[in-house]
Amino acid sequence: MSVIDPSDRYRRREQGLMLLLASPAVIVIVALVVLPVGWLMGQSFYDNGFTLENYRRIFSEDVYWRSFILTFRIALMVTVLTLILGYPVAYAAAHVRRPWDVLILSFVILPFWTSVLVRAYAWLVLLQRTGVANQVLERLGLISEPLALVHNELGTVIATVHILLPFMVLPLYSTMQKIPRELMLAGASLGGGPLHSFLRIFLPLSLPGVIAGVTLVFVLTLGFYITPELLGGGRTIMISMVVSRNVELYNQWGAASAVGVVLLVCVLAIFMAVGRIIPLDKMLGQK
Amino acid sequence: MKQPLLPRILFGAFVALVLIYLILPLLIIVPMSFSGTRFLTFPPPSFSLRWYAEYFGNPNWMQATRISLMIGALTVLIATPLGTAAAYAISNGNGRLMRALHLMLMLPLIVPIIIIAIGIFFIYAKVGLISTLTGLVLANVMLGLPYVITSVVAGLQSFDPTQEMVARSLGMNRLRAFLTVTLPQIKASVFAGGIFAFISAIDETIIALFISGGRYQTLTKRMFTALRDEIDPTIASISTLLTAASFLLVLLAMSGQKRTAT
Repeated sequence: MSVIDPSDRYRRREQGLMLLLASPAVIVIVALVVLPVGWLMGQSFYDNGFTLENYRRIFSEDVYWRSFILTFRIALMVTVLTLILGYPVAYAAAHVRRPWDVLILSFVILPFWTSVLVRAYAWLVLLQRTGVANQVLERLGLISEPLALVHNELGTVIATVHILLPFMVLPLYSTMQKIPRELMLAGASLGGGPLHSFLRIFLPLSLPGVIAGVTLVFVLTLGFYITPELLGGGRTIMISMVVSRNVELYNQWGAASAVGVVLLVCVLAIFMAVGRIIPLDKMLGQK
Repeated sequence: MKQPLLPRILFGAFVALVLIYLILPLLIIVPMSFSGTRFLTFPPPSFSLRWYAEYFGNPNWMQATRISLMIGALTVLIATPLGTAAAYAISNGNGRLMRALHLMLMLPLIVPIIIIAIGIFFIYAKVGLISTLTGLVLANVMLGLPYVITSVVAGLQSFDPTQEMVARSLGMNRLRAFLTVTLPQIKASVFAGGIFAFISAIDETIIALFISGGRYQTLTKRMFTALRDEIDPTIASISTLLTAASFLLVLLAMSGQKRTAT
């Protein structure tokens, strides 16, 4: 004779209710993310029947390779630069006294919530041949001729680093803030110099923030579209641009889908690998 | 633990330089928007409001602005309740299923936007939603959900669910208990989530590039096309207004969040 545990029944009803509450949001995500992406995957294997031709092409044709390599190179550069620029800023924000930490954080958060288009425009203005950057450098006598700072890879990197720096600083800051200061004092009292204590105590404890920031920045750069399109001058073709061009200019859905699927697989693989170290929801909560 | 002076000065200078880099574009945009000339020299040789007049006097820009604001408002009205309900479910339900759902609802932040954009473009083409307000609002609801959910889940974490239990044990039904006990205490997070969804809807460009058109062109789509062709100073005035608006909205969202935190 089995007895139905009333608390078990309650739990099941509760779970059902929660599913019901989540369902409208889930339906939106299924209809507008899962379904389109699923269709894209199907499309990448289809051309009047099942085919691997789209993949064969993107793995054998130079154009695609070059764009993949360029995108990964830019992502790597941007990640390293944001880490170098962001780590000290996060460290400062976590260690200075009251009004200053707020000031530093608002300098990080204000651009974070400013339109990406606005920032791309500002960098176009700043970096063009007759722009402020060139004027200042010339007046300082550092250069005699305007440098090509924009409409190339350099311009793309400068603007992308700007857009993604907050994604590095914020996870770093939230990790560093939780590191007890006494640990550093303890390190010092045991005779470690500041650099030694930093390297042996602080740096390892801040690693979860580093991993979260590095992952976010790298993965987001892989999917960047607006910045390279506006600041790359038509020569810095990143993967997202290959996808959109295949659709908009050449109407090549198969090729676009295959490139998109490869990009998606890269992104998901990175997230899943890192997700084994830090929970994904923690990482994404930073945004 | 006193550190030697020189490294500290160098460190401070480095941090200051990075902060200047972060704020520089915003500093440059504002004076630019008041420039009297077509050419973008800095500092501007003369000041005027002509680029603002250009923006407010141009029916195309105005129409695009109205469309973007309408999409933003409708997005908030839909995404906020949907996201709040989902966040409540994620916080109260347990087990693997809810964690999987949570992850799934975060997909718009994980999947590169260009992939979502062309996928949606295709699906919309099939069901006739291209260049429609409905299509644009739905896409922005999808993009806004993760922001609402993240904000409300965070709010619910600092809320003690036994309070709602008490209200229910005293005879309130679940909905009333939620509305009278829980919601007032997490309303700042809900509000902040709504604001973030609004900003994200106003700022969205890539999906709009594919699916907006005709009467329903968003402000960002027009800006993007204008930027691709030439550097139009009108964009400086639009940018200044957009920046000021998002600055105020973020301030509003954060001041609300802080009040519940304490």
